[in-house]
Amino acid sequence: MTVTPNVRLIGLFAVLALAIALPFFVGGYRVFQFTMVLDYAIAVFGANILTGYNGQIALGNGAFYAIGAYTVAILMNHSGLPYWATLPIAAAICFVAGFLFGLPALRLEGPYLALATFALAVATPQLLKFHGIEKWTGGVQGILLDKPDAPFAAINSDQWLYLFCLIVTVIMFVLGYNLLRGRTGRAIVAIRDHPMAASSMGIDTSLYKSLTFGVSAMFTGIAGALGALATQFVSPDSFTLFLSISFIVGVVVGGVATVSGAFFGAIFIEFVPPFADQISKAAPWAIYGVLLIFCVYAMPTGVAGLFRLLGRMIFRRQPPSSSEISPARLTP
Amino acid sequence: MPDGITNNTGPLLAIRGISVRFGGIVALNDVSFEIERGQICGLIGPNGAGKTTLFNCLSRLYEPQTGTITFDGHELLSQPRHRMAGLGIGRTFQNLALFRTMTVRHNIMVGGHSTTRGGFIANALRLPIVAREEARLVERTNALIETLDLGAVADTPIQGLPFGTQKRVELARALACEPKLLLLDEPAGGLNSEEVEKLRALILMVRERYGLTVLLVEHHMNLVMRVSDKVVALDFGRKIADGTPEEVRNAPDVIRAYLGADA
Ligand SMILES: Nc1ncnc2c1ncn2[C@@H]1O[C@H](COP(=O)(O)OP(=O)(O)O)[C@@H](O)[C@H]1O
Ligand SMILES: [Mg+2]
Repeated sequence: MTVTPNVRLIGLFAVLALAIALPFFVGGYRVFQFTMVLDYAIAVFGANILTGYNGQIALGNGAFYAIGAYTVAILMNHSGLPYWATLPIAAAICFVAGFLFGLPALRLEGPYLALATFALAVATPQLLKFHGIEKWTGGVQGILLDKPDAPFAAINSDQWLYLFCLIVTVIMFVLGYNLLRGRTGRAIVAIRDHPMAASSMGIDTSLYKSLTFGVSAMFTGIAGALGALATQFVSPDSFTLFLSISFIVGVVVGGVATVSGAFFGAIFIEFVPPFADQISKAAPWAIYGVLLIFCVYAMPTGVAGLFRLLGRMIFRRQPPSSSEISPARLTP
Repeated sequence: MPDGITNNTGPLLAIRGISVRFGGIVALNDVSFEIERGQICGLIGPNGAGKTTLFNCLSRLYEPQTGTITFDGHELLSQPRHRMAGLGIGRTFQNLALFRTMTVRHNIMVGGHSTTRGGFIANALRLPIVAREEARLVERTNALIETLDLGAVADTPIQGLPFGTQKRVELARALACEPKLLLLDEPAGGLNSEEVEKLRALILMVRERYGLTVLLVEHHMNLVMRVSDKVVALDFGRKIADGTPEEVRNAPDVIRAYLGADA
């Protein structure tokens, strides 16, 4: 407990320094891809808070991603607010939407909740095409956004967007990490492990589950908002069921109930499909499937779990440090 | 505290006319008794007598069809389940109910949930009050770890710890809410006679140290009779005796229903 937190902190700052330097060393499209990695990392973290930590299997977070994206697109085109000012609004709307969806979801457990959120994900693209709101959403056409300009002449707008996303990512991960490390985080996990005992310990399980739903939706919504800025375009068909499932894939590949796992999951989401496509133009999704199965078998606690195991071997540290919650597996 | 005159003179717990039915089964039938502050009250009765059901009414896991429960000036049955710990009722479970992926330390800290306040926003921003609360809780958790001799396993996950150790973790977790009333559901279950002796000393010690009132469900007659100030006996959901250990031991109904069989 004396050595490792420092090693970790140094490691963390090293990674952050690399992340800041990154857009100045790779080409334009790569910068965009890494912007999307940051963006997906926030979404995967959001899904993990709900599914990994709180045990509510959520297959519908793509809906909140869409709400976040559309909020930014609509506000930028109709309100004249600067792009950065639309983020808190998207966050608030998604939090409320998630909290409200979480209320009826309280009655559903395991696979039933999974199905209800699945239904949400399936319905999202069609709801977005609804005629009554076409004036705002642009219907099937979607909405085009302006690219945010860099505030300094020294960097181009792609690099700025990446750095802006990095700032938001750091803020969201600090907030999420704090939420999970203390009283609220223990309560969130206690509800997953034994809801009845959790309520006997004084935890208002209904309130906590709904709030956790809201928080998850908020993270996902912010990710959606950043995604809209990065792609400069939103349309109903960008928010398919596959996107929702991808977040859960990211959770499992990165590590259920881990914080850092979100980044590994996000890398998988962003880079594996094009990689699979390179390997086989004929059957890219088969390659994707094989890679996914390989990850799940080779790293049952995800990439983050594997790193933790390796770290423990290198530093010969037996017990996990007292402030961390151990990675888990999904048990519906 | 909404209805909050804390009554320091009357009994800490008053159970009046509690009945619980599950379909055709009457698990509790018009049960009434009181526990004074500082008492250790033993609750005995054959398997299926309704002891755990009574505990579950006290933690608001079951809703009795009739009756009232007054605890420390509060009408329990008008409060939600998650308020029980905050009012001062801590409990252990007959068949362990620990948080299996969490360490011993974290389990105990969850037990202290009701003694801390910080919500989602305060925690996400790690406000100074959260850090202060957390430091105090860590301190109390360390004290409980020491009291219950859990130091060697403090940072080990619950899963895989021996049964007796898990029972001590449950006791520590129950104590972490700083209870006035401690409900112990068969704490001696699965322990050998040496461990039962230790348990007896432990119950007396925590009562003394934390100024507790204890309601103890136990099959182990010897333990109940030697640790309790008062004993209540149930049979088929009805109270059949209530008095000092001596009185209850000699009550004809108890001898017939319970002791007669295996004492
Ligand atoms: N949740 C429940 N559903 C149906 N019957 C129950 C339930 N809980 C307890 N019972 C029944 O109530 C009776 C009392 O059980 P219990 O309180 O567990 O007894 P004890 O703890 O004294 O052994 C038993 O007949 C039991 O089967
Ligand atoms: Mg029982």
